[in-house]
Amino acid sequence: MLSFIIVVMLLISVAAGCLNGSWEDISASAVSACTDAVELGVFLGGSMALWCGLMRVAERSGLTAKLSAALSPVVRLLFGRLDDDSRKAVSLNMTANLLGLGNAATPTGIAAVKALGKGPRPKRNTALLTVLNTASIQLIPVTIAALRAENGSAAPFEILAVLVTSLSAAAVGCVTAAILFSGVDKDARN
Amino acid sequence: MRVTDMIVPLMIMFILLYGLARRVDLTEEFSAGAKEGLQTAFGLIPMLVLLMTAVGMFTSSGAAEMLAALLSPVTEWLGFPKECLDLALIRPISGSGALAAVSRLFSRVHPDSFAGRTASVLMASTETTFYTIAVYSAAQRKKPDSRIFIAAAAADLTGFILSSLTVRLLIQG
Repeated sequence: MLSFIIVVMLLISVAAGCLNGSWEDISASAVSACTDAVELGVFLGGSMALWCGLMRVAERSGLTAKLSAALSPVVRLLFGRLDDDSRKAVSLNMTANLLGLGNAATPTGIAAVKALGKGPRPKRNTALLTVLNTASIQLIPVTIAALRAENGSAAPFEILAVLVTSLSAAAVGCVTAAILFSGVDKDARN
Repeated sequence: MRVTDMIVPLMIMFILLYGLARRVDLTEEFSAGAKEGLQTAFGLIPMLVLLMTAVGMFTSSGAAEMLAALLSPVTEWLGFPKECLDLALIRPISGSGALAAVSRLFSRVHPDSFAGRTASVLMASTETTFYTIAVYSAAQRKKPDSRIFIAAAAADLTGFILSSLTVRLLIQG
């Protein structure tokens, strides 16, 4: 999928080059972009190292577990009655998302969908969890903050706007999923 | 000074203090975690080289502007900055592609400008939708239900529209 998109982008660029005569710009950016990519990876490394280090400390001290326990009522509201293991898996995944862990949230999400697939209303609950993850409710947007700071932003963390936007997106997604999947699992059982 | 500016420093302090109180070996555990973070970031570089090249060629060829012009009736109506259009299109498909698009955008507009802020909020409050759906359905060994795509698209669309709206109302208003 991604390979296909890259090739399409290059084809369009070349076509646009033919139309606009922007060949000089295209070749200049083709040469400079690869150095930019290495720079980007290196300075992202700094903030990701700090954050992953902090998260490891939070995990070892039991702070992450406390936070996911605090999320239990929200999980019950969204997913209904779940057994202990699934509820823990889901709240751990929500915690990882809230803390802006991105890639590190994926393994917790995989554990959570596996548990939900065996529980009550598997299709509906799987859809809800997927949407909660694609809408990515974040408290601390780590990656983008690092990028903003690097480029001279005075306020790298846009916490409030991000929180409002992602919460609303998640709410719309969850309601849509709940409506689309209402009764789906009952049909399957009969 | 805003309250939200205090969250990050306080959070860093609290995590470390709590760790100390619970007798976690801070230096040991922190560096183990930091090492994982560095590996993740450096592991992204090879893919970023290819993607940044593609995104760079796409924007400098004028193709991104042509696309933005094509969709301008819709984006103008929504008040969505046209500079962020290529980011919005690549965001659900590729995480590193979106990273490349934001980085490219920040080299042209200031991160604190309207377009820069919208791009930041959009980047932080949406995810690599298709990848997430693919990974989760693979974990259950099932084909993804098509209704999941509709629900996820509804969430993404809300994120796109609200990213410029929240920037206008909450930050620049």
